This record gives sequence, C-alpha cells and structure tokens, in this order.
Amino acid sequence: MIKVQTEDFDVGRELAALSRGNHAVGGVCCFVGIVRDMAGDKEIAAMTLEHYPKMTEKALAKIEAEAKSRWPLEATLIIHRHGRLEPGDRIVMVATASGHRQAAIEACHFLIDWLKTKAPFWKLEETPDGGAWVDARSTDDKAAAHWIEKTPTNKPDAAE
Amino acid sequence: MKVLYFAWLREKAGLSEETVKPPPSVKTVGALMQWLKARGGGHAAAFADARMVRAAVNQEHVPLDHPVKQGDEVAFFPPVTGG
Repeated sequence: MIKVQTEDFDVGRELAALSRGNHAVGGVCCFVGIVRDMAGDKEIAAMTLEHYPKMTEKALAKIEAEAKSRWPLEATLIIHRHGRLEPGDRIVMVATASGHRQAAIEACHFLIDWLKTKAPFWKLEETPDGGAWVDARSTDDKAAAHWIEKTPTNKPDAAE
Repeated sequence: MKVLYFAWLREKAGLSEETVKPPPSVKTVGALMQWLKARGGGHAAAFADARMVRAAVNQEHVPLDHPVKQGDEVAFFPPVTGG
C-alpha cells in the first residue's frame, strides 16, 4: 500500500490496519521519519518537500515490489508526505508485516534505506539565512548499497 | 518531448517544464542536457555541474546514456532527498 499525501497520518491506526484480519502475521515492524529543528548548526523553522507527482507512486511501488520479492511479507505500507512541514511533524512511515520478525525488521530497514536514494522528493529547509536545498548524503548511498544483492556475476574473480 | 525541472534545477533554469524538439542528433539524456545547456542563461546555470544532475525518462531513473525520443517525458533533478 502506497500513500503520497500532504496530510498527517495516525501511526497506530495505520499499524492496526496493516495486519487486521490476517492471522498469518506474527510480526510488524515500523519506521517513522520526523522533521528535526536543527540541521548541523543551522536552525530549521520549516521544511517544504517538493515531489515529482507522476514518478513518486511509480518509484515507491517499485521499492515495495522489490521488498516483497526479497522477503516473505504479508503486507507493506509506505506513507510519504509532501508540502510544508514543521519540526516535530511526521514525514514518512514505512511498515511491514510478516510471519516472523526477521523478514519484517529487515524489509522495513530496506524500505527506508532504499526510499532515501530512489523516491523523487527534494527538501527545502527554511533557515535564518533563507531557503536551503538539502544535499543528498553519501551515507544514504552507502546505506542503500548495503542492500544491493550479491549475485554470482558480482563476486570477485577467484584468480585475482 | 516534455522536459521537467525540479528543486534547485528548476530555480536556476527559471521554469518547471517546457516542450522541446531537439535535432535528431540528440539521442541520449546526456546529449539532451548538453543541447539545453548550450542555450546559456538559466539552462547553463542549471546544468553547470553534470555530477549534480540526475534524470528520469517516463518516470524511471536512468543513466545519462539512456536514449530519448519524441514523445518521452524527461525530468532533470538533483539527487533525491526524501524519507
């Protein structure tokens, strides 16, 4: 399930809906991203999230499909907000439900790491010095790279 | 083809979208970027550093050597910062 919206969401209600009526679910895992009031030493009054409307749902659906192909999941949820948000506001929620905890936890971690480098959103921070676009972080690329699956063709040549 | 700009690329280019008809010699996303950059002004500023530019064709992330053709929707944007 993918939701891209400006409105806030209720984490408890969404988690309850995720596994409602499905008693094959033994574990649910969740991550919520929240706007902070500091970026480094800059004070952030607010942040505006711009997005590419036709691409966001497509990109998030692809990320969700990738998770479902790698882990045995009963259900997944990605909610991502856009528009103007203030410190303390929820930005994103990802949640997974599976028979057992390992798949739920790993897939949840994968979803947020993958989303950080693939979902077409851009953050504009309001600082005392004016608007500042957030730069993508190499730590986000490294986190996403951690999830790239090793296939036999990726293994180093044994003769090296 | 339709070209869309997002975030600071949009601010520097001075527009969020336009329809263009590049010559047949423009066959890839990278070539389209160079052709737009050659206009100077805001386009040159937006594409000043190709390393800071990412692209999508028909709403899918692509590398700069990906082909483009009439009827495509091409988007240029900085590395994403969602989540």
